[in-house]
Amino acid sequence: MITLSLQSLVPAIAEIWLVVAVCLILLADSFAGARRRSLTPTLTLLALAVGAALTVRYGFTGAHVTLFDGMYVSDRLAVVLKLAGFLIVAVVLLYSRGYLERRGILRGEYYVLALTALLGIFVLISAGNLLTVYLGVELLALSVYAMVAFDRESGVAAESAMKYFVLGAIASGTLLYGMSLLYGLTGTLDLGLLAQRLETAGPGVILALAFVVAAVAFKLGAVPFHMWLPDVYEGAPTSVTLFIGTVPKIAYFALAFRLLAEGLAGTTAQWTQMLAPLAVLTLVVGNCVAIVQSNLKRMLAYSTIANVGFILLGFVAGTPAGYAAALYYVLVYVLTSLGSFGVILLAGSRGFEADRMDDYRGLSRRDPLLAGAMMMLMFSTAGVPPFVGFWAKLRIFQVLWETHHLWLVLIAAATSVVGAYYTLRVIKLMYFDEPVEAPAGEPAPGVRLVLGVNAALVLALGLIPGPLLDLCARLIH
Amino acid sequence: MLIEGLYFLFAAILVLAALGVILARNPVYSALLLVLCFFTSAAIWLLLEAEFLAVVLVLVYVGAVMVLFLFVVMMLDINLAELRHGFTRFAALGVVTALAVIVEIAGVVWVRGFGLDLAAGAASQPAGYSNTLELGTLLYTRYAYPFELAAMLLLVAIVAAITLTMRRRPGLKQQDVSAQVATRAADRVRLVRMDADTKQ
Repeated sequence: MITLSLQSLVPAIAEIWLVVAVCLILLADSFAGARRRSLTPTLTLLALAVGAALTVRYGFTGAHVTLFDGMYVSDRLAVVLKLAGFLIVAVVLLYSRGYLERRGILRGEYYVLALTALLGIFVLISAGNLLTVYLGVELLALSVYAMVAFDRESGVAAESAMKYFVLGAIASGTLLYGMSLLYGLTGTLDLGLLAQRLETAGPGVILALAFVVAAVAFKLGAVPFHMWLPDVYEGAPTSVTLFIGTVPKIAYFALAFRLLAEGLAGTTAQWTQMLAPLAVLTLVVGNCVAIVQSNLKRMLAYSTIANVGFILLGFVAGTPAGYAAALYYVLVYVLTSLGSFGVILLAGSRGFEADRMDDYRGLSRRDPLLAGAMMMLMFSTAGVPPFVGFWAKLRIFQVLWETHHLWLVLIAAATSVVGAYYTLRVIKLMYFDEPVEAPAGEPAPGVRLVLGVNAALVLALGLIPGPLLDLCARLIH
Repeated sequence: MLIEGLYFLFAAILVLAALGVILARNPVYSALLLVLCFFTSAAIWLLLEAEFLAVVLVLVYVGAVMVLFLFVVMMLDINLAELRHGFTRFAALGVVTALAVIVEIAGVVWVRGFGLDLAAGAASQPAGYSNTLELGTLLYTRYAYPFELAAMLLLVAIVAAITLTMRRRPGLKQQDVSAQVATRAADRVRLVRMDADTKQ
């Protein structure tokens, strides 16, 4: 029998606060009515700020705390990832506000769903048991499906939500099947015990691993499980694309880390062999297909797929240094795509989505600030030296070199060169092409300031890469 | 002996009711027979000392899900003749599926013969043992965290379902309850004074 006291629940303060905030905001929103529309967005930002403050104050309780019989794990990695989650969701919602308003989908439920998705992400980050892993995956996925379909008037959004939902259900089934096989082989759902017992388990583990790896690959969007990603990125409202392109990646890194690197630690040799071909395919398909896209959101979707390849490469290394490199890459990628989708949101105006590549011709003359930010973000995505994307790629190359994966380094480097083409093409369109007639973007000075800081961070972290790299290395022990 | 007799009685009713569900011509009868199925399965679970599951089955499936089913069946105009139209086309597939299921069941029964004893009967519990209490104790202590998360999952499902389906269409005819309550007799009935017609 385990005893539960309020004191012992303190490490889970972030999740508890989020649940409370979701319920309060849901109630406040229903009573606020249609006239006080800015209430829910303000309350949500406030809730995120309070959550972050509570996490900073009470979260760092110890190196490794487990709660609820090991189902909940709180370590420094979890606390830092949760703080990042709070911050990123706050920025995402800041960027989205104007877009939601002009598309007529500024409803309170959008913010509630964003918070429940964040709760799912936190559950995944702190998962210590296959049961909580699954619940976190579903909580995140269900919230996101609803967000994709949020614009009920849009047929494209409904179509992409259906695709996402059906394929996501198949992935959940695959994950559950793998988990049930693991349970059958080891008799435990606890990730810590699983790692111990797998060392003596028979060859059946390979089958279970194949299902788990396929599910993780689907969630991350690795080839050949990437089919949903371009359609969903293009079809969803841009604010939702911004959401699913950023925070969930942290959660799926946590999923891969907790499940593969911690829970299935005894079988690293097997799952790295499965991940390596996936990573290579992902790099090749993502970078090559991105070249021919004429829709910026779709191009960024394929660029996401290419980036996922790099994240997988960090896991292929199979060492703590590799996981740290993958973590660094995820954080850098999230920071960069936060800005890129933010630019799309700010460049649009009522009735103008600004999601075609041609809409960006000559942007530098129409809107120098947006063009400047986009240039820095695209340079970072391409991996051009002073920007942070360069260090992220370099770190992955380093760990692969140290673990003697020379051929992977070569493929990754070659596909990066291909990838540089389509990112630099955006810069060429913005700076060297004749401007096209397009409505002016959103003025919102406050949001533009945040976007400017976001782009400046990409440069600053590139000039001083040390602290974040050290932090990532220390978080993964 | 008594319990075995009861088991066979319930099992027979269950099988007959299940056959009735697929054979009945009227879909409302099918739904009602499905209620009977759930009820007899609940009775069998009671015999197995799983009171909580039995109660939940009756409450949730009979009380909520089947009532919903009945509403749907009654509201939709189901033409069974049309539904059965393709029966012969899919009969072969149906037979194959049924055979596969039979082979699987036989396999499970056969494996028991190996002495693996996979499906050993649970030891019967002493009087006063509460299945519900035991389940509750586990759910609210060891599994409190996933239990609460499942509750959040349901909340998300409710919020998502409402936000995606509830919309105010212009021109939709619907009741305005407050207007109905606030109405007065004077607004409803207008007395018109007319002079009586007299025959010329």
